[in-house]
Amino acid sequence: MTFQTYDCLQMLPIILLSLSGIALLFLGFQKSRALLLPATLLFLVIAFVANFLDWGKTYMYFRDMLLVNNLAMIFTGVVLLSTFMVVSLSGSLADDEDAQPAEYYAILLFSLVGAIMMIGFENLIMLFVGVEILSVAMYILTGSDKRNLRSNEAALKYFLMGAFATGILLFGIALLYGATGSFVLSGIGNYAHSATNAGGSMLLFYVGMFMLLIGMLFKVSAAPFHFWTPDVYDGAPSLFTAYMSTVVKTAGFAALLRILSVSFSGVYDFWWVAMAVVTVLTLLIGNITAVYQASFKRMMAYSSISHAGYLLIGLVGLSQASKPAIAFYSLAYSLSTIAAFGVLMLVARNRPLNAAVFGDQTTLARTDEHYDAFNGLARKNPLLGFVMAVSMLSLAGIPLTAGFWGKFMVFSAAADRGAVWLLVVAVLMSAVGIYYYFRVVIAMYFREGQTDTIRVAPFYRIVLIAATVLTLALGLLPNLFQGLI
Amino acid sequence: MNPSLSYSLLFVAAALFSIGLAVVITKRHAVVVLMGIELMLNAVNLNLVAFSQYDPSRLQGQVFSLFVMIVAAAEAAVALALIIQVYRHVKTVVLDELTDLKQ
Repeated sequence: MTFQTYDCLQMLPIILLSLSGIALLFLGFQKSRALLLPATLLFLVIAFVANFLDWGKTYMYFRDMLLVNNLAMIFTGVVLLSTFMVVSLSGSLADDEDAQPAEYYAILLFSLVGAIMMIGFENLIMLFVGVEILSVAMYILTGSDKRNLRSNEAALKYFLMGAFATGILLFGIALLYGATGSFVLSGIGNYAHSATNAGGSMLLFYVGMFMLLIGMLFKVSAAPFHFWTPDVYDGAPSLFTAYMSTVVKTAGFAALLRILSVSFSGVYDFWWVAMAVVTVLTLLIGNITAVYQASFKRMMAYSSISHAGYLLIGLVGLSQASKPAIAFYSLAYSLSTIAAFGVLMLVARNRPLNAAVFGDQTTLARTDEHYDAFNGLARKNPLLGFVMAVSMLSLAGIPLTAGFWGKFMVFSAAADRGAVWLLVVAVLMSAVGIYYYFRVVIAMYFREGQTDTIRVAPFYRIVLIAATVLTLALGLLPNLFQGLI
Repeated sequence: MNPSLSYSLLFVAAALFSIGLAVVITKRHAVVVLMGIELMLNAVNLNLVAFSQYDPSRLQGQVFSLFVMIVAAAEAAVALALIIQVYRHVKTVVLDELTDLKQ
């Protein structure tokens, strides 16, 4: 295999995002911060367009390091779209004296490079490097609110848990390398097929596989490896919580989907029980603990754990159908989560009352993100109420929203494999989910509150509306998206 | 290549990994936990280099271990920055005393 020059030119999103991250760092030298947000959005749009240039083709880049096909392009599109939305909700950073928006945007773009590597990796080196680029960037962004102890504490805990998980992931990769002599996914897959047919001991392979899976499940916060999630999501600034719970999860599941379908599909009988147990645990813990949360932000953390459970169902029922199902679910979940966090940030910012009462910042952060903060929101702010209601409905999986079709596709992928008991648990847990998602809707529409009219910047408003419209459009016409894959 | 040599290397690597794991789980000082994590990563490096002697193309495992070292250095830099930042707030880096996020 020879090195071809077009290789470099075609891997455009990664290159563009790296370069534009560096460009943003230089833009940060300017006094004016007004340019940073539009520049970041422009870079993301360019990367989004560049991503789809190769539509319909399949390429292997850099000597079997990265694979780009339609599925990878769709996942990349989802993470780029999510980032675009998160960035467009970040207008208040420019007014914050202590914030460093140029650095934050640059780190976001760099972390996207990691996410794209995780989506399309063919060699385990790329998986490792991608996971690390994404994770290290997330550690920094979690701790970006430097004056706030909660943010710093969350960052430190996230780091220690994340690095621990990386250690386990790496040991798994090393053992797989020892067993198969290859880091390439298809090489590992060939070994799995031939070794199971030949018989003999595959202990090293199985131990490596499970350590690799445990490391990845840590990153996507599946139970019983989820314990870091509530603290980290709660402590991080809401903007970056929105990013973490969408982009990191999408990339993590794309990576799991790739490695399970290419490398480990030959030993499906061996891992599916373990994954099914993890799925049930994740669904139970995520949904039931979410019911008891008083803070909306903490509820969203547990909700992200429960959605990891639904996505895992798609992996347990691994088949050709689960690929578009997981992609669609990630898109639906990302849209509603970001819209919900967008409304939360507006509401939390518009409650200066508590600051006067309680004084210190930790109390402020807690009371502002409670369910009570939403009381009576919809009366004075019908738009925000509607956006929030649609995202809650979509997260709960009510028909006519994208979330319903996401759940439907994932469940039907698992039903084809005959895992009916898993679906029973999942449907029961969705019913539990309706309870805590509707608490917000009830607070907004039926409770008395003293919310004033909240001023929303025009662009912010457009993004919230676009997310809502897209959620409803995908709920009414899911074939729009399905036809693409 | 002598296979018994490689087996003993694997045992050393597994022992190092277990020691690192034990340190991460039992110690409460953030810097010591970081040291445990580094130990785990170095166990992986040893494993990778040991396995790469069976690899016909030889270099893959060794190249991977270089990547691991570089990333571990970057991680350590971020970790120390975070630890210093926490220390400025509460004058301690003992993890059990950081309970602000617990409800």
